[in-house]
Amino acid sequence: MAYKETLQIRRDPRSLAIALLMPLMQMLMLGYGVSLDIKHVPLCLYDQENSQNSRLLADDFVSSKWFSVSRVLTSEEGIRDAMDRGECVAALVIPSNFSRRLAMTKRASVQAIFDATDVNTTNIALGYAQGIMARTSTLPSTVDFEPGTWFNETLDSRNFIIPGVIAVILALVGAQLTSLTISREWERGTMEQLISTPISASEVLVGKLIPYVAIGFINAGFCLVSAVYWFGVPFRGSMGTLFVTTSLFIVVVLGIGYLISVRVRSQLGASQIALLVTMLPTTLLSGYTFPIDQMPQAIQAISLVVYPRYFVTILRAIFLKGSGLDDLWMPVSGLAIYAIVIVWLASTAFRKRLD
Amino acid sequence: MMENAILVSHLGKSFGEVKAVRDISFSVTRGEIFGLVGPDGAGKTTIMRMLAGVLQPDEGEIDLDGLDMLKDAENAKLHLSYMPQRFGLYEDLTVSENIFFYGELFSVPRAERISRSRELLEAAGLLPFGKRLAGQLSGGMKQKLGLVCALIHTPRVLLLDEPTTGVDPVSRRDFWAILYNLRESGVTIVLSTAYMDEAERCSRLALLHEGKIRHCDTPSRLKESMPGALISIFSGNPRKTREVVSNQPGVLGVLLMGDRIHVRVDDAATRIPELEKLVSGQGEFEIRIAEPGIEDVFVALLDEREEA
Repeated sequence: MAYKETLQIRRDPRSLAIALLMPLMQMLMLGYGVSLDIKHVPLCLYDQENSQNSRLLADDFVSSKWFSVSRVLTSEEGIRDAMDRGECVAALVIPSNFSRRLAMTKRASVQAIFDATDVNTTNIALGYAQGIMARTSTLPSTVDFEPGTWFNETLDSRNFIIPGVIAVILALVGAQLTSLTISREWERGTMEQLISTPISASEVLVGKLIPYVAIGFINAGFCLVSAVYWFGVPFRGSMGTLFVTTSLFIVVVLGIGYLISVRVRSQLGASQIALLVTMLPTTLLSGYTFPIDQMPQAIQAISLVVYPRYFVTILRAIFLKGSGLDDLWMPVSGLAIYAIVIVWLASTAFRKRLD
Repeated sequence: MMENAILVSHLGKSFGEVKAVRDISFSVTRGEIFGLVGPDGAGKTTIMRMLAGVLQPDEGEIDLDGLDMLKDAENAKLHLSYMPQRFGLYEDLTVSENIFFYGELFSVPRAERISRSRELLEAAGLLPFGKRLAGQLSGGMKQKLGLVCALIHTPRVLLLDEPTTGVDPVSRRDFWAILYNLRESGVTIVLSTAYMDEAERCSRLALLHEGKIRHCDTPSRLKESMPGALISIFSGNPRKTREVVSNQPGVLGVLLMGDRIHVRVDDAATRIPELEKLVSGQGEFEIRIAEPGIEDVFVALLDEREEA
């Protein structure tokens, strides 16, 4: 029996590959993708005073490995802007009366603001900031530290997770469903007939995907409603932005499912591959659970091609920050490029030949 | 003037190392029913697929009604209809939905689609089953539905790959009645079959063996060309009889046909008495000269090949 099984597995190299690659990829992604040690948190510096004292304090942040200064700001509004664009997760504000108050009262305060859309990072970065403030030896006197969080004031990780879950669901369901469409025709023997008709490859593509686009939007609508009304996640963005970005994502996901379906002639194989290319990157490398900016450089680079990361970023920003398309131009264009490439590939992938 | 609807020249196709078909050349006249006959693995399906434009030949040319199948496949496909062995019926769609879908694929106008599908369903005796799921039809009904779907766009050429395999005799007769009607209306039909009785209904046949056309002619001329004469022996124990006569001088071939055997001999007049004597020891028997069927011809011609 075992021998027969072994023979069967060996005669099906695709399933074998999946069986071997799946755990391997999981190991790689889990091993490298998961990093709860946070270093080099991008920090914006807004030094209103710009005195020797204030610079000494700022240097403590600059020189620590926990933070890296991504931008020096000159206005209060700049903080909001930088956070919207994702250029910083934390902002340190040193007030203009900093040295004066230190000299007069031996006590001064600085303000630190955190983008709490990613609760994990925020909590850890907050701890680092407090540590630096406590150890700061360059200043003669006590500096009070006033932390504040923006966007996700309650530090509720649900608000951080749920938008990501929407991306996961759309990716999983979308690619799974479409991965079956073409392979089903092969499996049931209807493909031979279909390709003997004058139907064009693009007609097949469009005809196959339209129903699934509709299903994708229904899913997205359902997710939105349950996120807002069931989980109570604040929705601060515009429906327009959400619609445009969701459309792009659905196109990408369905296109990927279709590509798989065209290449793989069995339904089982197609759905397994679809699972592999959607679930793993979506859950592990999209920043849905593990913050991307805390992954090793190499994995960060890989995550650039992981399409769900753009959508996870976009969804969080729309939900929690109320960002518009102008703020999100980077991830949106990433997603758009993806969509164009996928559609192009999908439209040329289907060949009306048996061999 | 006889017009060629299909002209195939020097067609060849290999799958890896295996040469599936080699140097296939034949022509089919408009309104003919042309049969590709041969055992499983002879290359029937491969030829059909290349004719249908779903398989790219390695070499050779196919001219389909003046259109080059290899260079202008999409255009040629408009005028032909191909029914694969595993017909592309969507079992989870109803009879009418299937017809409608194929009509759409060939851009048949809606009104024409409705009137034509009614007409075809009626001819196939499927009219009462319009709302039934295709998956719930019997084998014969499925094949007839397949034919209806294949005919919805009024093709000029119909390609049928083993259309009646697994179909009961009554449905098979209905099926052929439809084919004869089509031929009357000028449709050219190419079909493949492993059934020899079906082969006899074709106007011309190509006998295929191991990827090559061995003979190509009308059924009656093929029968005439069979070397030797055919004797039919009926006996109580045909297997035993076959054993006994097999190695006799003058016997060219023996074929078991149910309760009788067909013996091909060099000369009937001299061999009948000899064989009579031989089988008389086995009880009741009947021996006579028989009309060769296509199966006899096929086997005989292949035997000749091997001996040569």
